[in-house]
Amino acid sequence: MSVEIVSDLMRDYIYRLASGGQRTDGRALDEPRKLVIEKGLITTAEGSARVHLGKTEVLVGVKMATGEPYPDTPNTGVLSTSVELIPMASPTFEAGPPRPDAIELARVVDRGIRESKMVNVGRLCITPKEKVWVMFIDIHVLDYDGNLFDAASYGAVAALASTVVPAKAQGVGEDFPLPVEHWPVSVTVAKIKDLLLVDPSLDEERMARARLTATTDENGDIRAMQKGLSGSFSYDEVKRVIETSQKVGRGIRPLLQS
Amino acid sequence: MEDIEHIPKELKLIDENGVRLDGRRFDELRPIRIEAGVLGRADGSAYVEWGGNKVLAAVYGPREAHPRHLQDPARALVQCRYNMAPFSVSDRKRPGPDRRSVEISKVISEAFSSVIFKEQFPRTSVDIFIEVLQADAGTRCAGLTAAAVAIADAGVPMKDLVTSCASGKIGGVVCLDLNKDEDNFGEADCPMAIVPRTGEIVLLQMDGHLTYDEFQKAMGLSIDAAKRIYDLQRDALRRRYSTTVDEILREAAAAPAPSPAPAEVAFDSQLDDLGREGSP
Amino acid sequence: MEGKGPVRQIVIPGESVGGPGVKPGPGTFGEGGKVYSAHLGVLAEKDGRVSVIPLSGRYIPEPGDAVVGEVVDVGPSHWLVDINSPYPAPLHATESPWHVEFGDTTRFLNVGDAILAHVLSVDEAKKVQLTMQDREARRIEGGQLVEVSPTKVPRIIGKEGSMLDLLKEETECRIYVGQNGRIWLDGADRDTAIAVRAIRLIEEQAQAHGLTEAVREFLEDAYRGREGRGPA
Repeated sequence: MSVEIVSDLMRDYIYRLASGGQRTDGRALDEPRKLVIEKGLITTAEGSARVHLGKTEVLVGVKMATGEPYPDTPNTGVLSTSVELIPMASPTFEAGPPRPDAIELARVVDRGIRESKMVNVGRLCITPKEKVWVMFIDIHVLDYDGNLFDAASYGAVAALASTVVPAKAQGVGEDFPLPVEHWPVSVTVAKIKDLLLVDPSLDEERMARARLTATTDENGDIRAMQKGLSGSFSYDEVKRVIETSQKVGRGIRPLLQS
Repeated sequence: MEDIEHIPKELKLIDENGVRLDGRRFDELRPIRIEAGVLGRADGSAYVEWGGNKVLAAVYGPREAHPRHLQDPARALVQCRYNMAPFSVSDRKRPGPDRRSVEISKVISEAFSSVIFKEQFPRTSVDIFIEVLQADAGTRCAGLTAAAVAIADAGVPMKDLVTSCASGKIGGVVCLDLNKDEDNFGEADCPMAIVPRTGEIVLLQMDGHLTYDEFQKAMGLSIDAAKRIYDLQRDALRRRYSTTVDEILREAAAAPAPSPAPAEVAFDSQLDDLGREGSP
Repeated sequence: MEGKGPVRQIVIPGESVGGPGVKPGPGTFGEGGKVYSAHLGVLAEKDGRVSVIPLSGRYIPEPGDAVVGEVVDVGPSHWLVDINSPYPAPLHATESPWHVEFGDTTRFLNVGDAILAHVLSVDEAKKVQLTMQDREARRIEGGQLVEVSPTKVPRIIGKEGSMLDLLKEETECRIYVGQNGRIWLDGADRDTAIAVRAIRLIEEQAQAHGLTEAVREFLEDAYRGREGRGPA
């Protein structure tokens, strides 16, 4: 839509449909959009993935470099995640330094990956206390049609899964695939009045009062959560979101792993 | 051009038989693929693969120009932003514009400013975005070529497309369309952009060392190659819409039962309704 | 391609569409005695005048156009309406169907309201004024809004309104098509869903031949309970 606000008419229509268990694109309330993942398409990156979640499109590149470890973790690799909401992705995105929403997005995606121990960073030490591998995850949003939290996360996970550590070029041994041991899956739910909608489309997201992202691992354990927007969730709703995330996550995980 | 202190002695960019490292001859383009209409939100878009380059271009506009004090009451602004993704180059590039990106953005804006019918849209801006997803030298040419397609895809009226290409000198030989290694270790690079119908040059840059003679050779190669690139641009735009015509005809042919009634000429009715003299 | 009538020729900006003696119509321009296309569009010729009908592009308001707008801002004596064009369009209180006291505008229309209106005027600087002083104009409630490319609107309306009539008859929905590419539909959920799919079908295949028949077949199939042949 060219307007950034959703008209009252459409708000009523979306809510009315959703009250009957349906959404404007025919989905059920707990149904995510079609997810398409393509890996390894950027050869200048050590790992890459392109994600289509419905019409939202995100491109993620993983660049590996060597660098100093953090002082409190002297023998483990470093993870650094950044998001660019480039202006072509939406008429609402402006060029310039990352705004709070881009920063929040990067940090939430990072948290899910880091806390799930997706990558075995212990195996990314080259010289203890001096030199470790640094993973730069750069998330480039190309087309915004709702739910960047999940699209960005799926892209980052898929890109990491496709990453090959360029040890040879750095003269520290043979190339090896990035050691991936866990699979975090992010699922975002938007709250419209009293209804919970999984994987919100653009209009649904624009009219939502509150949003909750829950990232679970392959055991169904919670690794990251983020509540957003200015509305609220009841405790019951929070539990429902987590259960939904576990369920929907199970369906999505194989797509990230393949 | 990078300052190269040690050019590897073994690195012969072009051999005695005129064959380059990637097997091309001096006047050969790298493989190019162009697709129009690849994004949903943008008003127009295009994707170009050019050798190892992967470039995405998108256009919004004409739309209200912001900030207001920049608006031109007589015409549209034409503003291009060229940017390289951090993962597009071997050594990760920090996000955000650098001086090179700013310069390239400027010269590309100026190139399109000369062909877009700006006077039709006062106080607006035509915003062009070029994003390099994977770089292999010649990104501004690939970006400009993609952007021209994106502008047409967006329905912005233009006098013509703009086509862009570069030539340079490697190993003493003037060659078309340098790749990354050739650009890094060669002696000159000269990107240009041309309005195909009129031959007007709307972008021209050069760095390195060329004699006047070599420059003319280089331009000759680029201008000639531009014709082939223009064909690819035009095909990409036509393909964007012609597939739907093919589909409906294929479906009609495959269907059982009575064939569809002869052509409904709805566009003629639009002509009837057209009292408009909105053309330039 | 199989012969189903003349092939629709797609032209691109800068492409030659006529020599001397040909008059330049909308979507084209003249230079050096020849006529060229200014747009990516479909070539059309009538009475020695050649035009190019754009396949894409923003809505450029023309006086008299019926539009579906959304109120994005309110002032004491006017509202600002988004009509999906490069320029936001003011609607002055005096052009509304109501008697509006100064400062009382929000009582009648507020940010987020959708309206049916007409373009009153477009000046040389392309400044637009809207009016709601006509029989059809109103604030709309209920139903849903759908956006299509403004260039497809003539196809959705059809010759002398024939396509739109077909849609309205078969689906029994109220359908109001704005020249600005915004369409308001109101009816039973099932009917509007089918109408929206028919509109998408027209939008995707606008310049194809035999479209009216294809749409008619789609509607028949949809109501018979079978999937239509068109794209889902």
